[in-house]
Amino acid sequence: MKDEIESRDDRVANLKGMGCSRKRVEDARFTQGKGNYVDDLKLDGMLFGDFVRSPYAHARVVSINTEEALKVPGVLAVLTAADLEPLGLHWMPTLAGDKQMVLADGKVLFQGQEVAFVVAEDRYAAADGIELVEVEYDELPVIVDPFESLKSDVVLREDLVAEDGGLPDGAHGPRKHHNHIFTWEAGDKEPTEQVLAEADVVATETMYYHRTHPCPLETCGCVASMDKVNGKLTLWGTFQAPHAIRTVVSLISGIEEHNIRVISPDIGGGFGNKVGAYPGYVCSVVASIVTGKPVKWIEDRMDNLMTTAFARDYHMTGRISATKEGKITGLHCHVTADHGGFDACADPTKFPAGFMNICTGSYDIPTAYLEVDGVYTNKAPGGVSYRCSFRVTEAVYFIERMIEVLAIELNMDAAELRRINFIKKEQFPYTAALGWEYDSGDYHTAWDKALKTVDYDGLRAEQAQRVEDFKAGKTRKLMGIGLSFFTEIVGAGPVKNCDILGLGMFDSCEIRIHPTGSAIARLGTISQGQGHATTFAQILASEIGLPADSITIEEGDTDTAPYGLGTYGSRSTPVAGAATAMAGRKIRAKAQMIAAYLLEVHDNDVEFDVDRFVVKGAPERFKTMKDIAFAAYNQAIPGIEPGLEAVSYYDPPNMTYPFGAYVCVMDIDVDTGVPEIRRFYALDDCGTRINPMIIEGQVHGGLTEALAVALGQEIAYDDMGNVKTGTLMDFFLPTAWEVPNYETDFTVTPSPHHPIGAKGVGESPHVGGVPCFSNAVQDAFRPFGNRHTNMPHDHWRIWQTANKLGLHD
Amino acid sequence: MIPAAFEYYRPSDMAGVIALLEEHGDDARVMAGGHSLIPMMKLRMADVPHLIDLQGLSGLSDITVDTDSIRIGALVTQTDIIRHEGLAAVAPILRETALQIADPQVRNMGTVGGNVANGDPGNDMPGLMQCLNASFTLVGPDGERDVAARAFYEAAYMTAREDDEVLTTVSIPLPEGGYAYEKQKRKIGDYATAAAAVQITKTGEICAAASIAMTNLSDTPVFSEAASMALVGTSIDGTALSAAVSAMLGDIDPTEDNRGPVAFKNHVAGVILRRAIERAWSRA
Repeated sequence: MKDEIESRDDRVANLKGMGCSRKRVEDARFTQGKGNYVDDLKLDGMLFGDFVRSPYAHARVVSINTEEALKVPGVLAVLTAADLEPLGLHWMPTLAGDKQMVLADGKVLFQGQEVAFVVAEDRYAAADGIELVEVEYDELPVIVDPFESLKSDVVLREDLVAEDGGLPDGAHGPRKHHNHIFTWEAGDKEPTEQVLAEADVVATETMYYHRTHPCPLETCGCVASMDKVNGKLTLWGTFQAPHAIRTVVSLISGIEEHNIRVISPDIGGGFGNKVGAYPGYVCSVVASIVTGKPVKWIEDRMDNLMTTAFARDYHMTGRISATKEGKITGLHCHVTADHGGFDACADPTKFPAGFMNICTGSYDIPTAYLEVDGVYTNKAPGGVSYRCSFRVTEAVYFIERMIEVLAIELNMDAAELRRINFIKKEQFPYTAALGWEYDSGDYHTAWDKALKTVDYDGLRAEQAQRVEDFKAGKTRKLMGIGLSFFTEIVGAGPVKNCDILGLGMFDSCEIRIHPTGSAIARLGTISQGQGHATTFAQILASEIGLPADSITIEEGDTDTAPYGLGTYGSRSTPVAGAATAMAGRKIRAKAQMIAAYLLEVHDNDVEFDVDRFVVKGAPERFKTMKDIAFAAYNQAIPGIEPGLEAVSYYDPPNMTYPFGAYVCVMDIDVDTGVPEIRRFYALDDCGTRINPMIIEGQVHGGLTEALAVALGQEIAYDDMGNVKTGTLMDFFLPTAWEVPNYETDFTVTPSPHHPIGAKGVGESPHVGGVPCFSNAVQDAFRPFGNRHTNMPHDHWRIWQTANKLGLHD
Repeated sequence: MIPAAFEYYRPSDMAGVIALLEEHGDDARVMAGGHSLIPMMKLRMADVPHLIDLQGLSGLSDITVDTDSIRIGALVTQTDIIRHEGLAAVAPILRETALQIADPQVRNMGTVGGNVANGDPGNDMPGLMQCLNASFTLVGPDGERDVAARAFYEAAYMTAREDDEVLTTVSIPLPEGGYAYEKQKRKIGDYATAAAAVQITKTGEICAAASIAMTNLSDTPVFSEAASMALVGTSIDGTALSAAVSAMLGDIDPTEDNRGPVAFKNHVAGVILRRAIERAWSRA
């Protein structure tokens, strides 16, 4: 028999389980243009809807005349707020506990806001109809600066001011001003002030983490199809959280949840942009109910950049204290967060500033305090976590800049300052001053490995020589060494403190083993390119002993997949991956009973071995999982139900805390402001590694988005609230040309509480990469007196830094 | 990003093109590769009720290298320019420039004729053609005429071409000496923050002739005669470089945009020109 001559190593290899660089099963269709994205969907009689959008950032809507638009051949209807009001759908709840206009209800609050929805037989007629909708606006004063907003008499949100002028509490407590949304605090204020007052050294810095956008290659969109015969609504869309969308649609539309089927087909990148609920979804559903036909809505690139879910826009002020020797004693952080016209941040409900309170970073900081003020302005709503867990990029950028500034204050090497302050291996599990319990880590090992690999001391010597050469007029290029050490907080999250609008943030997996020994597993998550169909099959292969190639992974259809909260915040592996392993273990437990019966021994006398159960002490007596699967369905086994299926809902006991050490070496042309990345080294510790090839791909992608944000990518507004970067000509998306070769490396510190020890990796490189690129730019100018300059470090801003330091004189 | 409705024509001879232009006046536009015009139509910034595709015409896709001049048909693509070995041998600056335009996909479609005729100050070929003292052949109802590249550009998107004329050929006197097209841009696919085209000849160690043109630093390309003259008769030393830069700065008029403020653009224009001159001189 073949099984008998196969070695154990061969059997392990045959599974392509955890640790195998299995090729992505998705890529055959993606690389051949055979993906199935929402805009590929074509249904009989399908209509197309699109928006009339506001050209103004703040204006009263005096009147809307749809007469001429309705004369365009093919235009069937033009919906306005007045049409949605009787249904109670002219406003919708946001994920942050605020509400947002679906269509302009008397005024507009940002450029590009949805004013009317034109429904037509095709997208060409819709575009022509949009041109002919006449909207009369009465312009209002525009506020694009949150600090100005908090001082302004101009009321942006009249709906949030009581008739007597009083300010009702917001979703997160009392409000200080009519344009103020919330104040959120973590840590201890008074003790932190005391520590700072008594410290040897205090470094203070103010920094702006600019507004940017996730900009997935595929924009947002949906197809809504209301079947009036059976009363069922099917909604296909670019949803990162299809189940949550189903629940939200049910809650706001009143359609019972069993009559709603939400399907996320292939998704061309999300990066947080596709977490929220958008007016396009609501209008498509309404239009389908009204017309009885399927209605498609797809954003174009400008719609996407200008209106759906931006990221960042945090004004941060930090104070960090230390002893003369460099031991950090305290940290104070204040954030003024610009949320735009509506608070539509996608965060767990109890965390209006996300996990910004991870801002003590990888350091043992005994005392800390964080205060965040959310503010309304005339900018697009959003505030999503662009390739990061909730606001973690902001937190890590903040602390990694504060460390650099403190190093300058102490006149100390920034690598050494980090080493002195890292949380030590033996301190884990470590409870940080701002509340989180870090599950595991070995920062010193990772840091030492990184610095040794890049020859850090050699780089510093080379940099010192470069400074001498520059001063002597021998070169016009400076050299920067960017360092960053980050700790992510991912895998939201424990239901006890993580929910979105009351929906607990567990996740799920359901497995069906087929009689011939293959399987299908369905999860509550949805891949947007991360390779779930590949990696989750690998987890299962190792757990249940069937080859990954014999396991189909399916996600995204709420009629078939178990309930889950979706994919963002690197939560798929930490939460759904755990559910997958746990469901697999249930399969294995039943398989063990079946195997024992077939082998005519007691349950405890068989043990699992790669792909089979063997009789203890007699490995020649075994039943493969394939044998067991067949028996499960086809043999009457006393006391055991037929079939081999399992489902697991996993509520994680804690978050996971991946970490990493990055180094960037950059040469900067002082005269043109052009940076050139000579080297980028990225060491990631994501715990147990499921598929090293996919990890490497994720790291490359995350670093590239980090490069983009650090070196040029922004959503910029002028004083009138006009978006200045609404196309890919001005919004920086790096190509292969702008991207350096990345060197990747790893250490492995498994999560102690995760069933397979995995921590998640998709977002780490973005979180750690942004400060690393930024620190490289800033470090190049440190010898000439630079302390901090804001991102994005595009050519002219780098040039401006050099200019202000007198390097062009 | 959906254009308004338009009529599409694909005539097979120039007479057909001219007839359509005469009939529809400024309601009609001709299109070569479409990589400037189509995006403008999709943004509904260009209203073109009658679009005339030139791709049905023959005889506009040739590159001819003669003993004293080069002729490039209006439908020659940037990729054709890059791949043409004969052209690279006699006028390597054309390949050097074309390689810095957009990306390979755009270069496969984008044409030299469209690039020079559209009058977009961000386009690279107009400045290059001014540097090379090229002339453009325009065909209209009254026949053909030639206009010098240095006299062609009036303002952004405004040129000496009449609405009923078609730019058919670019003629370039065979360039001599060293060359450089130096361009700073934010990323692949971007227009220049600043770009300089330089062609330079020497006699012994002295500059005999020079031609300098700048891209995307005014509402038209800028041929800087003063900067060119500042080099002639010098050994391209520091003084000459500074004089050329200073003269060039007197001729450009950049405006602030997302690439940066005026002071930055002026500074980078100087740096880029200096580098272009030095590179061209090293090749002279």
